[in-house]
Amino acid sequence: MKKIGSKIYLFLCFLFLYAPILVLIIFSFNQSKNRANFTGFTLKWYRDLFQNELIMTSLRNTIVVAIISSLVATVIGTIAAIGISGMKKRAKGIVMNITYLPVINPEIITGVSTMLLLVLICNTITQLAASIFGVQLKLELGMWSVLISHITFCLPYIILNVLPKLRQMDPHLYEAAIDLGCSPVQAFFKVVVPEIMPGILSGCLMAFTFSLDDFIITYFTSGSSFQTLPVTIYSMTRMKINPQINALSAIMFVVVLVLLLLTNVSPSKRTKRI
Amino acid sequence: MKGTTKTAIPYLVWSVVFTVIPMLLIVVFAFTTSEGGFTLDNISKIGKYSNIYVKSINLAVIATLVCFLIGYPLAFIISRASERAQKNLLLLIMLPMWMSFLLRTYAWMTLLENEGIINTLLTQLGFEPLQMINTQGAVVLGMVYNYLPFMVLPLYSIMVKIDKSVIEAAQDLGASLLHVFFRVLLPLSVPGIISGITMVFVPSISTFIISRLLGGGSNMLIGDLIEQQFLGGTYNPYLGSAISLVLMVIMLLIMGIINSQDSDEMEGMLI
Repeated sequence: MKKIGSKIYLFLCFLFLYAPILVLIIFSFNQSKNRANFTGFTLKWYRDLFQNELIMTSLRNTIVVAIISSLVATVIGTIAAIGISGMKKRAKGIVMNITYLPVINPEIITGVSTMLLLVLICNTITQLAASIFGVQLKLELGMWSVLISHITFCLPYIILNVLPKLRQMDPHLYEAAIDLGCSPVQAFFKVVVPEIMPGILSGCLMAFTFSLDDFIITYFTSGSSFQTLPVTIYSMTRMKINPQINALSAIMFVVVLVLLLLTNVSPSKRTKRI
Repeated sequence: MKGTTKTAIPYLVWSVVFTVIPMLLIVVFAFTTSEGGFTLDNISKIGKYSNIYVKSINLAVIATLVCFLIGYPLAFIISRASERAQKNLLLLIMLPMWMSFLLRTYAWMTLLENEGIINTLLTQLGFEPLQMINTQGAVVLGMVYNYLPFMVLPLYSIMVKIDKSVIEAAQDLGASLLHVFFRVLLPLSVPGIISGITMVFVPSISTFIISRLLGGGSNMLIGDLIEQQFLGGTYNPYLGSAISLVLMVIMLLIMGIINSQDSDEMEGMLI
């Protein structure tokens, strides 16, 4: 009796979570633009989607930004984690508080505060260029500012993933490598990096997916000329009914499903091998 | 690896410039006029928007409460399932999280619209259509839908650690189901409850998308107000900073209250 009760509860919860997504996917095959009646099967919204210049450009932008920002954050964050792990308790506490700031701050505050700074930088450079060099240079928000803001919110995830691995690592390994004649740089790449690789990878993956998915911070730091996919999706939801959004949702759902299944199958295999 | 702290310098410079300074700018702008002088005008103007603050806090509290009421049994059921089932159920909880939240909110838009699917079904069945979109209920629904996983995951991770035998021991000692729940299960899951509440409340109170897509023009929240000052027609970063500052203070206060609750409970448990 109790078992049936909890099964029904689970079913209702997952119905709540998935019904809206399923409806979106079903209506991506709907012939008419009507969002309530299914009038016939078609694939034209998918064709339109792939021919939509704006969506394809913003998809490209999103991927480029995610790759660059997660890689830059991984490099800066990994070496920072090594430095932080060697710090005294007090200094470490302060640094970790700063590190947690972007994680616990509401995204809209991170977005507007970063925007304030970036706009200030733009205006200062524009003024300097005009007054000192007499050049008419107009620096505007764009890909560079999106990159800066993404690297900033990616960094904590790298550090928080790498630090525990460093803690687990035997500190004598590094010293042994030095004693055996490695230079510090060699010891870092040959001994430390392989030891903490799982942390680096999971941090990088997290950073990459957060960057791909971010809307709020990008919305404030992207300016008017540069758009990532979430920003484009937002402007599409603000405009008239557009079944291309449904088609996009269906594709994203399938991609996410496949990726999640793949990443969830592989670790269990790996642990089995060990 | 002593003596390697220097490698943290690039990161420290980066986060001071792009995390700490922007936060300080919010404080500075909140007390600055557009000419650059000191003022308290921005802060005093906020009184005008107190109803928006109250509404935002209200809706966020309701959404957090609903998430807790739905999420607690859900997390409990998952934590008591077989190991294989747990893994699959967690995957099902997380899957929607990885899809853009804009698309998930848009999905509810199409369901709740006046001529949307639910109303079409209702009229076909002979009922009166309901006004669902552009109501406060729709905003709360959107928050619950988007942030429910944030409640379930921390609750689950704490509940899975609660030993089955603790509950059985309580039952053996004669505790009723209600007793087991209030005296054993609930106190033991407090840390999960706290992080679940935080993870739902913070994005709920600061959202501007959910309220805009599902709440229409009449259900403006703090997030919308801030967004308007920075990107909307009424560009005023000074007032925007003041509104953001007050939002942060309110959130710190509420989080402080919740966390102090935590330490009380902990002490109670130790005794």
